[in-house]
Amino acid sequence: MATDTEWTRVPRPVASAGRGDAATTARVRLETHALSAFFGSAEVVRGVSIAFRDREVTAIIGPSGCGKSTLLRCLNRMHETVPTARVGGTVSLDAQDIYARGVNPIEVRRHIGMVFQRPTPFPTMSIRDNVAAGLRILGSDRPSKAETDHIVEDALRRAALWDEVAGRLKESAVGISGGQQQRLCIARALATRPAVLLLDEPTASLDPISTQKVEELVYELRRDMTVVIVTHNMQQAARVSDRTAFMLAGELIEIAPTNSLFTTPGDQRTEAYITGRFG
Amino acid sequence: MTLPGGTSRVSVSTAGPGDRGRRKRPSGVQRAAAERARTTLGRRRAMNVLMVGVTFGAAIVATLPLVFILAHLVREGASSIDLAFFTELPKPAGEEGGGMANAMVGTLVLILAASAFGLPIGIGAGMYLAENKGTILANVVRFLSDVLNGLPSIVMGIFAWQFLVRPMGKFTALAGGIALGAMMIPLVTRTTEEMIRIVPVSLREAALALGYSRWRTSLVVVLRTALPGIVTGALVAVSRIAGETAPLLFTVLGNQFWSTSLTEPVAALPLQIFTFAISPYDAQHALAWAGALVLIGIVLVISLAARFATRSRFGRGGD
Repeated sequence: MATDTEWTRVPRPVASAGRGDAATTARVRLETHALSAFFGSAEVVRGVSIAFRDREVTAIIGPSGCGKSTLLRCLNRMHETVPTARVGGTVSLDAQDIYARGVNPIEVRRHIGMVFQRPTPFPTMSIRDNVAAGLRILGSDRPSKAETDHIVEDALRRAALWDEVAGRLKESAVGISGGQQQRLCIARALATRPAVLLLDEPTASLDPISTQKVEELVYELRRDMTVVIVTHNMQQAARVSDRTAFMLAGELIEIAPTNSLFTTPGDQRTEAYITGRFG
Repeated sequence: MTLPGGTSRVSVSTAGPGDRGRRKRPSGVQRAAAERARTTLGRRRAMNVLMVGVTFGAAIVATLPLVFILAHLVREGASSIDLAFFTELPKPAGEEGGGMANAMVGTLVLILAASAFGLPIGIGAGMYLAENKGTILANVVRFLSDVLNGLPSIVMGIFAWQFLVRPMGKFTALAGGIALGAMMIPLVTRTTEEMIRIVPVSLREAALALGYSRWRTSLVVVLRTALPGIVTGALVAVSRIAGETAPLLFTVLGNQFWSTSLTEPVAALPLQIFTFAISPYDAQHALAWAGALVLIGIVLVISLAARFATRSRFGRGGD
């Protein structure tokens, strides 16, 4: 893996990008070309080409089983961790193919963070150690204890959790509520300063208040990163995303600015889905 | 339960919402069904009481042997337990007094040697089985490990004698430790496998998604999460081998004196109990009972330690 590309640089605590930066033209950070994903012989993602832009939230919607989660898991090479899973086509981050020969999937996942449907805090670690979990594996680039404390606080603040857990960083990560656990997982993913954050139905197991907090958080995160969120909740997609992609039976039906997709869908199937005629 | 008109709840539910208020008289068929339901209900209740009683009785009987054994050991052995019992060597036959201090130390040496041999292999094999559950090798290993688990301990003793004691030319604590360690392996392997398998896949995925390598995920996240269960399994295995006698007869022989050397014969509580129990002297019989009581005490302490180990370091709610 070449070390001079932008996304292989080691994350360091830096000041959050200001609002003003968001005005710059969004460039494509993550892109797939003719991406297909298989479980055994079943093709669950069929030739999807889609681009995710910098400082934008892209929502992927579609009925259950349409392949949206699998598509997401191809973006950080998590799909291949399942036995019999296979991927075709290309995915590139900053114009670099992450499936190219010689690219280490571990390196890819450090730069493309992921948050799952259910909160997955490590039960044996404290709140602080959970957030720092991704930093502990950086080898010689591992930040010092003081730096780690700084990064942990920064990540927890960005995840809007700092005020709630500041006094009990050393306590168990499974002693906090489900909504807090999910924000903890987001903080954990943010701590390594990934270029892209993938969210796989992050509010599916949360109550409405926690859901709202996570949504506000997702909305804020676009300031300095690329966010892709899979959701089965169209209202959520409408609330948090800049662009929305609609998938059906493994295929990308259309992708458009969220506003226009929900008001003037370009495809009849999209219209049928968002008006509740199926799915 | 029974409604006016002699109908049961069953027949009421067949009435549609339209007949509310003026309920029809139940037909003959309905009355018969209600009668049947009542007798069935009575029989089911009686059966319920009977089955609860039977299982309750079984639960009591299951704990009785331990209660009897403990009571008997305390009655026969408690009077022989004094400071000398824990600090002195056994006295020659016919003399009063003496203790089993060397046997207790010997048993601890054997437990340590067995753990040093059995735990790494057992835990490693268990990790392999859990991470590669579908492979042919895993299935073969799992099956053989179950067979090994059922292997009579005397067979293990004979093998250790043939392949360790004879080539070395003498009885040693090391041979006994390896024989006991080999008995621990299948137990530890299977509990480790089970404990690792109940760690949710989502946790493994979360670690992988953070950029953890496969081995680091196994070690730092999965093994750490499963650790309390694995420790429990290890302690259960230790308490099981602590009282084994048959393998020791062929390997460590026993020793009347102090020895903690791995390359010398060593005393062990089960062996000393055996020796004293078959001797013709009452004083030694009493010491044998006392030794048995101490052995059970050791097993009890290990079991309590196992319970303690399963508690999370974060206390309640942290497991």
